[in-house]
Amino acid sequence: MIYAQSPLAIALFCIFVAAVLGGSFYLGRRTTSSAGYYAAGGNVHWFTNGIAFAGDYLSAASFLGICGMIATAGYDGWMYAVGYLAGWMVALFLVAEPMKRLGKYTFTDALDSKFNSKSIQLMAAISTLVISIFYLIPQMVGAGTLVTPLLGLPHAAGVIIVGVVVTLIVATAGMASTTMVQFLKGGMLLIFSTVLVAMVLMRGLSTSPDHDGKRPYHDFQTIQASIAADGALQLSDPSYTFAPDWRNSALGEAGFIRLARNGEERIWHMTQDAQGGLILEETLYTATLPNGTRLYNGAPAEEGKFFPVGHMKELNLNGESVIQTGPVGPLAYLRTLQDSTMVLWGTRMVRDGDAMLTIYYQKPTPGSLVLRPGLRLKVENATATEKFNFISLMLALFCGTAALPHILIRYYTVPSQAAARKSTLVAIAAIGFFYILTLFMGLGAMTNGVINIMDNNMSAPLLALSFGVILFAIISSIAFATVLGTVSGLIVAASGAVAHDLMDNFFGMRMSDKGKVLAGKLAAVSVGLIAIYLGIVFEGMNVSFLVGWAFALAASANLPAIIMLLFWKKTTAQGVAASILVGLTSAMGLILLSPDMFVRYGLLPEQAPIAFNSPALISIPLSFIALVVVSLMTKRVEVPEAEAEAAEA
Amino acid sequence: MGHGPAVKLGKDNASAYKTRIGISMFFVYTLAYIGYVGINAVKPTWMGVTFGGLNVATLYGIGLIVFAFVLALVYNHFCTAAEKRLNK
Repeated sequence: MIYAQSPLAIALFCIFVAAVLGGSFYLGRRTTSSAGYYAAGGNVHWFTNGIAFAGDYLSAASFLGICGMIATAGYDGWMYAVGYLAGWMVALFLVAEPMKRLGKYTFTDALDSKFNSKSIQLMAAISTLVISIFYLIPQMVGAGTLVTPLLGLPHAAGVIIVGVVVTLIVATAGMASTTMVQFLKGGMLLIFSTVLVAMVLMRGLSTSPDHDGKRPYHDFQTIQASIAADGALQLSDPSYTFAPDWRNSALGEAGFIRLARNGEERIWHMTQDAQGGLILEETLYTATLPNGTRLYNGAPAEEGKFFPVGHMKELNLNGESVIQTGPVGPLAYLRTLQDSTMVLWGTRMVRDGDAMLTIYYQKPTPGSLVLRPGLRLKVENATATEKFNFISLMLALFCGTAALPHILIRYYTVPSQAAARKSTLVAIAAIGFFYILTLFMGLGAMTNGVINIMDNNMSAPLLALSFGVILFAIISSIAFATVLGTVSGLIVAASGAVAHDLMDNFFGMRMSDKGKVLAGKLAAVSVGLIAIYLGIVFEGMNVSFLVGWAFALAASANLPAIIMLLFWKKTTAQGVAASILVGLTSAMGLILLSPDMFVRYGLLPEQAPIAFNSPALISIPLSFIALVVVSLMTKRVEVPEAEAEAAEA
Repeated sequence: MGHGPAVKLGKDNASAYKTRIGISMFFVYTLAYIGYVGINAVKPTWMGVTFGGLNVATLYGIGLIVFAFVLALVYNHFCTAAEKRLNK
C-alpha cells in the first residue's frame, strides 16, 4: 500500500530478465563438458571472478536485510556486515589457495582429495545440500517480498518467477551463466549503490523529510495531555474524543488510547515528558480481524492510511540546532546523526476484542545510541546468556563465510591459485566498499521518511524511490538480480552435491561426460522445485534470521574439517566425516531447541530447553573435538597422488 | 573418482611461504576482530567514546573493513613476489 507499481520498473525488470536468459541460452549452447558446467571451464578471469564473488555473496540478506535492519535498529544491523566481511579474511588467508589446489568441482572434492573416502563424500554432500537449502529459503522468501511491490503480484508468484528463471539459468549453462549473472549483478549493485549514497549525502539531513515539498510525508502528531483532579483525561486539542472507559481496556492497560476526530480513529501512545507531563504520540497500527481481514490504521490497504516512517526529531549541526543541513560529506553525515535525535519505532501486540492489533509506536532515540551497538543485540547490562548469544553470533559470521559451499565452488572457476587469491582480494574490496555504503543507505532510509515499518526489507529500494522512479526501477531490478545471482550459485552448489558428489562419486554411477552434465541439470531442476516449494511455505519468515542459521551450520559442519585437513597432519577420513556429522547435527539440534524456534512452534520462548539462539559457540568446538578424537582413534590412509590422478583421468 | 583441480595446475614452490604468511596475517586480523567483539561483550560503553566527533563503534567498524582490504593487499603483494621469486 505504500508503493504503487511503476511501468518503468516493470519494463526494466523484464528487460533485465530477458537479457540474462538470452545470455544464459547463448552460453548454454557452448557448455557441453562437465568442467564447463560445474566450473565454467576453470578459465574465468580473476577480476571477473572477484566481482562475481561479490555478486554471489551480497545476497538478499546483505542488500535488503542489512539496510532494513540498519534503518530500524541502527548500528546493530551493521554489525552483521562487519562480521560477514571479517569472514572473508578466513577465506583469503587460510582457504582460498588450498581449496583451489585440492578441489575439482565441489567442496567435497577438496575434503576428499587425499582419502577417496565414501563417508566423506556422503557427509560433505549432505552438508552442502542442507546448507544450500537453508540459504535458499531466505533468498526465495526475499524474492517474494520484492516482487509484490515491484510487479504487484502475490508472494507465491514472486517465488515461482525466481525459481523458474534461476533454474533455467543454471540448467542451461551451469557455472558459466551463473558467473555472468553474478558479475553483472555485483557490478551494478556497486555502481548504483554508490549513486544512491551520493544522492543521500547531497540531499543531507532534514527534520521534515518531505524533500522541499516534493514528497508528502505524514507529520506524526503529538498532543499534550493531563490528568485532572477527578482522574479524567484532558487533551490540549479538544477536537479529539475518546471512550470514557479507555483506562480499563486492553489498549489502556498497554499504555495506548484510541482517539477519534472527523470520523477517523487512530491509536496514540501515552508517554511522559521530562517534566512529568503526559504526552500522546500518534502511532501506526494494523488490525487483523477474526475473518482474516487486515486493516491498516483502521482502513483497507488501498485507502493509503498507513504511512511510511523515518524522521529526525532534533537535528544538531556543529552544536547548533537546525532544520536542515544541505549537502554534507560522509563523515559529517555520521557526526551530525550522532549529535542528533532520530525517531525509531517500537512494536507492541495487543488483543482488542476480536481483533489482534499490532501497534508501531515512536521511540525518539539519541544518535549516540543509534550509532553504537545495543538497540537490537543486547550488549549493555547483558546477562551471561545474552553475552553468549552475541559472541556466538559474531563467531558464526566470522567462521561461516569460508565454509559456504556456494562460495567455495567459485574457487574452481579460475585457472590458478594466484587467480583464486586475487579474486578473493577483489571480492574483499568490493564487498567491504559495499558494506560501508549499506551504513549510509540504512541511515538514509532511517531519516528520509521511506520505511515500510511492517517490512523493513524494502528500505533501500524505497529510499531510491524518494529520488524518483527511475532510480527505484534500477535499484529494484538490481535487488531482484541480487536474488537471482545468489540463488543461481546455491543451485549450482546443490546440484553439484547431488550429481557429482553423490551420484558420480558416492554411488559410483559411471556416466559419460555428457551424462554428468545432464545429471547436473536434472539435479538443478529438482533443487529449484524444492526451493520454490520452501519459498512459498516460509512466507513471512525473517530473511536475516535464516541466513544466520545457514552461517552457523556452515561454520560448524564445514570449517573445522577444512582447517584441520589443511593444518593438522594426523587428520583422518573418519575424523573429517565425524566432524561434519557432529557439527551439522549439533548446530541443527541447538537451532531446533532454541527459544526463537519455540516461538515459531507456537510455544513460549521460556519453554525452550536452552536459553540461547546462536549455536556456533558450542557446535564449532564440538566439531573440532569430534575430528581430533576420531582422528586419534583411527589410522590415516592416504590415496597416493599418482593413483588419484589416474582415477581422475 | 574424479577429484583434483578442474584445470591442470603447475607446481607452486611458493606454497609453503604463502601458507606461513597467511597464517600470521590471519592471527593479526583475528586479534583485531576479537578486540571488536570483546569490547562489545565486556566494556560496551567504550563503544560510545568519541574521537574527532565519531564514536569508537563507527571508527572500529569502518577500521576493520579498511584494515581487511589493506592486509589483503599486503598479503597479495608478498605472495605475488614469492611466486615470481620461487617459481622461475
